[in-house]
Amino acid sequence: MLSRQSIKSSMRILLIALLLSVLAITASAAAPTREVILATTTSTADTGLLDALIPIFEKKTGYMVKTIAVGTGQALALGSRGEADVLLTHAPSSELPLVSSGDVIERRLVMHNDFIIAGPAGDPAKVRGLKSAADALSRIQSSQSVFVSRGDDSGTHKKEKEIWGKLGVKPSGKWYVEAGAGMAHTLNIASEKEGYTLTDRGTYLALKKNLALDVLVEGDAILLNIYHVMQVNPAKFSKVNGPGGLAFVEFMVSPEVQKIISTFGVDKYGDPLFFPDAGKNVDDLGK
Amino acid sequence: MDLIAEGIAQAFWLLMKGDRGVFQIALLTLKVSGLATLISLAIGVPLGTALALGRFRGRDAVASIVNTGMGLPPVVVGLWVSIVLWRYGPLGSLRLMYTPTAMVIAQTLIALPIVAGLTMSGIGQLDPGIRVQILSLGATRWQLIWLLVREARLAILAAVMAGFGRVIAEVGASMMVGGNVVGQTRVLTTATSMEVGRGNFGTAIALSLILMGLTLAITSWLTHLQQKGRPTAQ
Repeated sequence: MLSRQSIKSSMRILLIALLLSVLAITASAAAPTREVILATTTSTADTGLLDALIPIFEKKTGYMVKTIAVGTGQALALGSRGEADVLLTHAPSSELPLVSSGDVIERRLVMHNDFIIAGPAGDPAKVRGLKSAADALSRIQSSQSVFVSRGDDSGTHKKEKEIWGKLGVKPSGKWYVEAGAGMAHTLNIASEKEGYTLTDRGTYLALKKNLALDVLVEGDAILLNIYHVMQVNPAKFSKVNGPGGLAFVEFMVSPEVQKIISTFGVDKYGDPLFFPDAGKNVDDLGK
Repeated sequence: MDLIAEGIAQAFWLLMKGDRGVFQIALLTLKVSGLATLISLAIGVPLGTALALGRFRGRDAVASIVNTGMGLPPVVVGLWVSIVLWRYGPLGSLRLMYTPTAMVIAQTLIALPIVAGLTMSGIGQLDPGIRVQILSLGATRWQLIWLLVREARLAILAAVMAGFGRVIAEVGASMMVGGNVVGQTRVLTTATSMEVGRGNFGTAIALSLILMGLTLAITSWLTHLQQKGRPTAQ
């Protein structure tokens, strides 16, 4: 028979564990108003840029940031429902409707880098060195070479759809693989399947060591990848942390942060991953 | 093979130097999944017992729901808990989204049907003769229930292990309602998924080894309790 003693002692251990964890959990959930929810694209998180910036922001302002790294599509959706306080995204054409509807305010240009078309060194579709991204996708389609799409309505996916739209093509077929995943997973899939993909340069450089993919097409004006920061409008959503969101917007365009952005990644990759643009005019980029 | 060796080496290195980040992530994982298991135990055992012993209207319907719930996909739970906890959701004013508490809620919903279902079948499997025997010794209704639960303790501990194993392993719900926020809601599964995303396969393997080690340690402790509780031959 089971001794009563051992049942009692194990019950006691369980009870103490229960109490301790309740205490620990409630303690860590305190002070909600000092919280800022940042909804952002995976590229800013996966490159490690936010890991470098957020601690500085928290130390400076005393706010605690909850970074939710999702695709730009989801980040904008969270913003337009008042479920985030500030957004850092890279799909200008999808951001503008939120500005005109008044869902977001204080939208500011932060930085840019560029998209590239990466693919296998063998380059079956013969796109290496093409100046036009649209020509490249057209050749990939006509040669039925594998193309891995993000397929997640992220900023990168929106850009890809923009280029297909220019061609008047709705890609489908066995060659067109929709990953439904973040940039890093998509790059890994493209690498494994020896396919092409559209990627932001930052994530590509950060992951390059694990990938069998070369940069094949770059430099087309349509491939510019522009990041804006914007705060969710506290006048429209009463539960939004207005001062916290504004503080983060101002932080991102401050000279200090712009300087960090200009050198971020140089030590690791030899080149910066992003180019600071605060205060510039969007139309002047890439010139 | 390089990757595996690199991962194992990195796991040792992270543990040896007592990496604070990893330690914090492992601790939060244990807290969240442990608490969720305990709460589901507190609700699931009485519920499972009532379903096994009770004769009430709707019993079969509830039992079917519990059995179906044992296979509830974590992302589905994550989605529904998110909808409820979002700022503009029904419980938004509690400000629980992206907190460990939200993760405990989601994981409790995942573990609860498992604990209740396995408790129900454990008690249901007891020899019906035992009830007659206990009652003939003059036991009250509550004494009877307590003794039956005690008789089914092996099955209930198995339920605890199954529930705990499920929630400590899930990533979908934790990612959605916790958000994988560093230092706040990052647990071993979401951290592993993120490190894979960043191409840091070595770190990801290290984290996965730590997760498996923790799960093994806790399940061994529960198994030990269970085996100690095994009735010895008279």
